[in-house]
Amino acid sequence: MNFAVLQFPGSNCDQDMVHVLRNVLGHSARLLWHKEKSLGDADAVFVPGGFSYGDYLRTGAIARFSPVMQAVQAFAAQGGLVLGVCNGFQILCEAGLLPGALIRNRSLQFRCEHVFLQAVTPDSPFTNRVPDGKLLRIPVAHGEGCYFADEETLARLRANRQILWRYVNARGEATDAANPNGSLDHIAGVCNEARNVAGLMPHPERASESILGGTDGRLILESMIHTLEQRAAARAA
Amino acid sequence: MTDPAITPELVQKHNLTPEEFEKIKTILGREPSYTELGIFSVMWSEHCSYKNSRPLLRTFPTKSPKVLVGAGEENAGIIDIGDGLAIAFKIESHNHPSAVEPFQGAATGVGGIIRDIFTMGARPVCSINSLRFGPITPESLPQTEDDRAAMINNRRLFSGVVAGIAHYGNCFGIPTIAGEVYFDKCYEGNPLVNAFCLGVLRHEQIARGRACGIGNPVFYVGPATGRDGLAGAAFASQDLTEESAEQQRGAVQVGDPFMEKLVCEACLELLATGAVAGIQDMGAAGLTCSTCETAARAGTGIEIELAKVPQRAPNMTPYEIMLSESQERMLIIVQKGREEEVKRIFDKWDLPWAEIGRVTDTGRMVVRNHGQLVADIPAKKLADEAPVYQREAREPDYLAAVRAFSLAAIPDTTDPVPQLKTLLEWPTLASKNWVYRQYDHMVRNGSAVCPGSDAAVLRLKEDSLPIWNPATAAAAAGAPVPEKFIALTVDGNAAYVYLDPYEGGKIAVAEAARNLACTGAVPLGVTDNLNFGNPLKPEIFWQLREAVRGLGEACRAFNAPVTGGNVSLYNQSPNGPIDPTPTVAMVGLIEKAEHITTQWFKDEGDAIILLGDPVDATDPLQGLGGSAYLQRIHGLKTGTPPRCDLDREKDLHLALRALIHSGSVKSAHDCSEGGLAVALAECCISQQIARETPRLIGAKIELAPGAGQRLDALLFGEAQARVVITTAALDAVKVLERAKLLGVPATRIGTVGGEQLRLRVGTGEWSWTAAELHDLWWNAIARAMKG
Repeated sequence: MNFAVLQFPGSNCDQDMVHVLRNVLGHSARLLWHKEKSLGDADAVFVPGGFSYGDYLRTGAIARFSPVMQAVQAFAAQGGLVLGVCNGFQILCEAGLLPGALIRNRSLQFRCEHVFLQAVTPDSPFTNRVPDGKLLRIPVAHGEGCYFADEETLARLRANRQILWRYVNARGEATDAANPNGSLDHIAGVCNEARNVAGLMPHPERASESILGGTDGRLILESMIHTLEQRAAARAA
Repeated sequence: MTDPAITPELVQKHNLTPEEFEKIKTILGREPSYTELGIFSVMWSEHCSYKNSRPLLRTFPTKSPKVLVGAGEENAGIIDIGDGLAIAFKIESHNHPSAVEPFQGAATGVGGIIRDIFTMGARPVCSINSLRFGPITPESLPQTEDDRAAMINNRRLFSGVVAGIAHYGNCFGIPTIAGEVYFDKCYEGNPLVNAFCLGVLRHEQIARGRACGIGNPVFYVGPATGRDGLAGAAFASQDLTEESAEQQRGAVQVGDPFMEKLVCEACLELLATGAVAGIQDMGAAGLTCSTCETAARAGTGIEIELAKVPQRAPNMTPYEIMLSESQERMLIIVQKGREEEVKRIFDKWDLPWAEIGRVTDTGRMVVRNHGQLVADIPAKKLADEAPVYQREAREPDYLAAVRAFSLAAIPDTTDPVPQLKTLLEWPTLASKNWVYRQYDHMVRNGSAVCPGSDAAVLRLKEDSLPIWNPATAAAAAGAPVPEKFIALTVDGNAAYVYLDPYEGGKIAVAEAARNLACTGAVPLGVTDNLNFGNPLKPEIFWQLREAVRGLGEACRAFNAPVTGGNVSLYNQSPNGPIDPTPTVAMVGLIEKAEHITTQWFKDEGDAIILLGDPVDATDPLQGLGGSAYLQRIHGLKTGTPPRCDLDREKDLHLALRALIHSGSVKSAHDCSEGGLAVALAECCISQQIARETPRLIGAKIELAPGAGQRLDALLFGEAQARVVITTAALDAVKVLERAKLLGVPATRIGTVGGEQLRLRVGTGEWSWTAAELHDLWWNAIARAMKG
């Protein structure tokens, strides 16, 4: 596969994502500067974490105006797979590609720690390789990861099964104590209605090598790869 | 605007003595201008010139075959780690700014040290820090109104500093991977913030802060110069006073980590082109320091025009422009004819740049403003010939009482159950997760051991390196970088140093080396931060001299050369000087992933072995002098601290590494503050699986007290050269024998398992549930900060 990892001024998880896609999963991955207008031959796009443009106005608020984001909008509209992680999730929400918004953690403090996630909806391009009932142990690292949306939007997300991941404890229960940022409904990540764009606050790329303490994050990336392979096979048939 | 006349009062205001002023006149052959006076005052401050500490610093071991750039040569030292790779690292203090404005003070401390690292051509890959504050919990009850107000202020400084470090490091995208925090009354009003950064590079990529090549253009890159941070270096070289907070807020800079990230990426990209002849960051003393030092190192001159310097505020005077410490600025000397490459790269990153001058052959630093000469100084004399003082030293009187202390003054413990709990929830010993969970300690995908074990471990991979020449960048990016792991720790128990500066200095280094050995690492080098009081006081200078003697001796013993560091003097508030606090950041190398070892107990049934003697028989205080136990349980900071036998330490570290490399060690944790009991408790409770999910495991311990040995000393004494390890039960006998062959005492003291820490000493038996100990230890600081 060919993957594009966007690079905004202030992105700082861009190289981590490229490292995992390229050296751990063995695919082709390249950085795409924010001033680029084309995604080239990318099979999927990753919007990585960081502090794009310093996040001085509002997280992700300026990045969405980048030339490259116009290309991402078009790519997504045609069904291309897009995954936003952390600041990338914030950018996708600001760009209107995903519903809701991410606001400051209820604790008002940055939080960096491992959490457990439950893949709530197995039949999505981002979760289809997660074994049934398996909890994913993946780190978060953010100051503004509290997922927020109005009641109507939340109801729609539930009805359409757009909530992909929830924060849970080691027993799989979604509790306040297990939620690192106070997200509504313990939401860690969602997808769009068409199910080809997703975002999550935890960092799957930081949980993809056993030397770093775990490989659960790979299940998310491998779900995307599996989906792309199925699409390619369908096209070939 | 006309400059003020140079009067004796003005000279004094610049912290220059009449003798120093005479020396300036001799160097110039005339009276200095106002701008020149300002330039000399910052360059000859302690912060820039080490004028009071230089003779002592010369006694440190600074050489080894692995040292590629040594102490004092450049902005940071560089050490070879094999396979053509090297690391650059350094620690620096930002104590005074943090006292006045904790968030920005600490943030810019992090920013400054990161700049020192990428200035060397290295990619910054991790940060660590060492912090000291006044108490955040009541020392004794009931509290007086004043004590309560001070405690609340301590909490404000603590939370502000941590948030500032988090802000800068997280946004820049560098993992803050290790650190230490102590709380003590002596830091009230004068917190310590020592920030460390480490970068990685290839040998060929080492960049120099030299103004090489006559005629080469001098570029200024980064944000515009403002009035912030005016003369911060001079401010850092004075005592803190009641008025400091208000008057000197203007001396604290404001940091912009986003800008620094861009400047770093742009500089690394530019360095890869080969168009750079020299590079230096504008840190302390800003434009002044970077211009005269680069010229002095190259033996050239430098000429700049201030009108070309981007300025943020209107009507800035030459004095202000030269002394400003606005952040995230770099000075770059470019190969003549390659200016376009600088412009192209800095335009790509949307960064301001300006060509402000050129390299000359005059040996002089010449500064003009709109063509008018405002300073003309021999660069080498300014940078290298600051006065050097051999200060008077006198042993402090308090040491007589310290030495007179004997254990007869305190009864032995009969029930250690509440005492262990009290120690574990003492903020100095408690888990620092409230701190490190605010730091992104995992970004860059290298954190193999995160904060919470004896030392952090960082995995190096190809993107740890700066980009290579663009022509070969694609190939270099894919080239495999051999697997290497860097271990890092920072240590410094100031109570020991206060009670015996020489032994305390040795222990700071020994503990750092022991922490590295516990992770399986071999020490490579040291960067130290000497935080002391006013050196003009003979007692303070004596503390400094003795501590440096101990530090140097221990660094020699562990083959860990000092590659640079920082001296922060004048750490006194109106309450008096801080305890002498040298902090020692030590870096080590682990060659293989399977050698990485953590401190927590692993599996039920594993054998627990103590390496080293349980109690130092030659110490009349049995390891309790200066201990956390004496401080917290008895309210005493006294007694001669434990002795540090460097030979014994060395043998222990060698044996421990040999055992780890043989594959039989499942966990290793050193005994330091709080002694054996605290170490064992930490082994049971310190593994964290995920949020709200510790992995707790108990242990059954049996200790045999020697003749005349006190129970409190056996459990809480801080005898040096001790490590608790575990092995599979089947390996225990083999490991005990091997340790003895390697010349290290080894005793099996128990077995891992159950849900409780159970302890039997002679006929006494006590137990604690791991869950209760964990709650006290893990949540203590969060609870204090909520109170």
